[in-house]
Amino acid sequence: MPASPPPPDDAPAAAPAALWRALARHRPPGVDAADRAWRSPVRGPWLTSMLGAVLLATLPLVIVTGLLDWIAYAPRLDQAFPRDVGWLHPPVFAWPTRPAWLFRVTQGLHVTLGIVLVPVVLGKLWSVVPKLFDWPPARSAAQLLERLSLLLLVGGILFQTATGLLNIQYAYLFGFDFYTAHWFGAWIFTAALVTHVAIKLPRMLTALRGPNHGRTPLDRTGPEPADPDGLVARRPGPATMSRRGVLALVGGGSLLLAALTVGQSVDALRRTALLLPRGRRAGAGPTGFPVNRSVAAAGVTPAQTGPDWRLTLRAGDRTATLDRGRLLALAQHTATLPIACVEGWSTSQTWTGVRLRDLAAMVGATDPGSARVRSLERTGQFRQARLQGNQVGDPDALLALRVNGVDLSPDHGYPARIIVPALPGVHCTKWVEEIVFDG
Amino acid sequence: MAEFRRAYGAAPWHLALLAGCFAVTGWIALRLAGEASAGRMLLWFVGAAVAHDLVLFPAYASVDRVLRAALGRRGTPSSLNHVRVPALGAGLLFLVYLPGILGLGDGTYLAATSLAPRAMLGRWLAVSGALFAASALLYAVRRLAGPSR
Ligand code: HEM
Repeated sequence: MPASPPPPDDAPAAAPAALWRALARHRPPGVDAADRAWRSPVRGPWLTSMLGAVLLATLPLVIVTGLLDWIAYAPRLDQAFPRDVGWLHPPVFAWPTRPAWLFRVTQGLHVTLGIVLVPVVLGKLWSVVPKLFDWPPARSAAQLLERLSLLLLVGGILFQTATGLLNIQYAYLFGFDFYTAHWFGAWIFTAALVTHVAIKLPRMLTALRGPNHGRTPLDRTGPEPADPDGLVARRPGPATMSRRGVLALVGGGSLLLAALTVGQSVDALRRTALLLPRGRRAGAGPTGFPVNRSVAAAGVTPAQTGPDWRLTLRAGDRTATLDRGRLLALAQHTATLPIACVEGWSTSQTWTGVRLRDLAAMVGATDPGSARVRSLERTGQFRQARLQGNQVGDPDALLALRVNGVDLSPDHGYPARIIVPALPGVHCTKWVEEIVFDG
Repeated sequence: MAEFRRAYGAAPWHLALLAGCFAVTGWIALRLAGEASAGRMLLWFVGAAVAHDLVLFPAYASVDRVLRAALGRRGTPSSLNHVRVPALGAGLLFLVYLPGILGLGDGTYLAATSLAPRAMLGRWLAVSGALFAASALLYAVRRLAGPSR
């Protein structure tokens, strides 16, 4: 049964009754005017439940793909941010290398779905907004607590969306660490969402099992009967849009956002991501695919990557040093693999280079448990990365020297870069200078 | 049980659920309290809800009120939704792609990619213009087709 149907105004309030009654009597100026101003006849349990059902079906996907992103960073290798999360984390497993498109899809879904749901979230908030201005704010301790949890719910989704949107558009205006904020924000939001759904699910199901207002045309659109939650306007005005019109409007907004966002992740549609900076082609030709961090930004100089460049391999006390000519003389392997960035964009390219497991074997590491890759870059957060054993051993895991039939360009990591199936782009280290294989 | 319900206002499981929800939040708040940027996180969290309820919602509701007063009852078919829909579309795009449209990330973008940021404002205006134009066209077609029902 519904947990806390607010009693009608004249019902005896829960204890301490005197407090709630006093609160109800002291109406601040403006509440009555606000109360009269809610005129839309389409607000009510049906519309709110339809939008709620859409969010109930989709938000778990956003939450799960977000948590998968944290796992893909390899918390077991101490590489996931935030590092120290206490007991509050999903079950950790070694991120697989198959299917190769795994991270491309999970992170692409996370960001794209997060964007596409913005109109649904705004529509849902519109449908319940009169409740936020309701007076008295509570008629019982139960309602007071529930309303506080709604602040966590609404603040949570807006906070996650705002930080995510700013991140993918390079606008780190918030001045706090994105990982920490977005991670803990996700848990606050998830806890509030679970609570909200548990309390409201019976209401939603009742409304959706009731009369279907989705077929009513505009000229017959009117308010639903008064509901216990008080969503239905007390003094409704004439309808200017049918309920199905409102749903079509919300869905249209989602489609519009989808059309302008998927180009980040789908190579054939690259040019349609008109308003997003990430995933844009950097130039023409075989190395024109998107660049997240340029060689100039990394501070890697031509002198470091010229003929004097050497790759150092280590395992235990064995060391090998190879120049690019020797690497090219080793058995080359070609694989078409996506490079998928944590910010949601991705692209599929054809890479050629030496298998990481062949390099490991050169220094006597036949089945390494992990590997440490170091870049020539000296400053960036991702100048080094650790790879799990399965990521070294995969037959398509490469130290790439060439891409799409030509040498890597400086911005794509010349002289050599890591590319591993399903590995987040930030760990596909560019301008590699050393690989250490560990037990 | 009935006594509890009367005093609290809902069933015990309601309280248990909310206690769990606040426990998670409280644990996180304690954990983050030591961070130098904890105040900013709190500000953005609460600020996001306040900005929606007290800025974004009143803003679009007021614009809609003006539109309804101006176009609400006149004409068959009514032109109201032919203005509302593209206006909401343009507003939605502005909200979601705001950092790009206003160039808020341009410095970081240039520093990271060495690419010149693209001016998104013009693109947003173009897409918005296209939405309004399509809506106007549809309106013209509907008018020519005769008064609807
Ligand atoms: C329901 C709302 C959301 C939840 C619960 C959520 C949850 C998460 C979680 C748990 C992570 C992993 C964080 C970490 O590794 O520390 C994550 C990562 C991320 N999220 Fe969200 N998210 C939400 C909405 C969004 C939206 C709307 C966007 C952008 C449009 C977004 C963009 C990102 C990005 C870019 C990352 C990757 C950060 C990185 O690894 O560098 N998120 N999300």
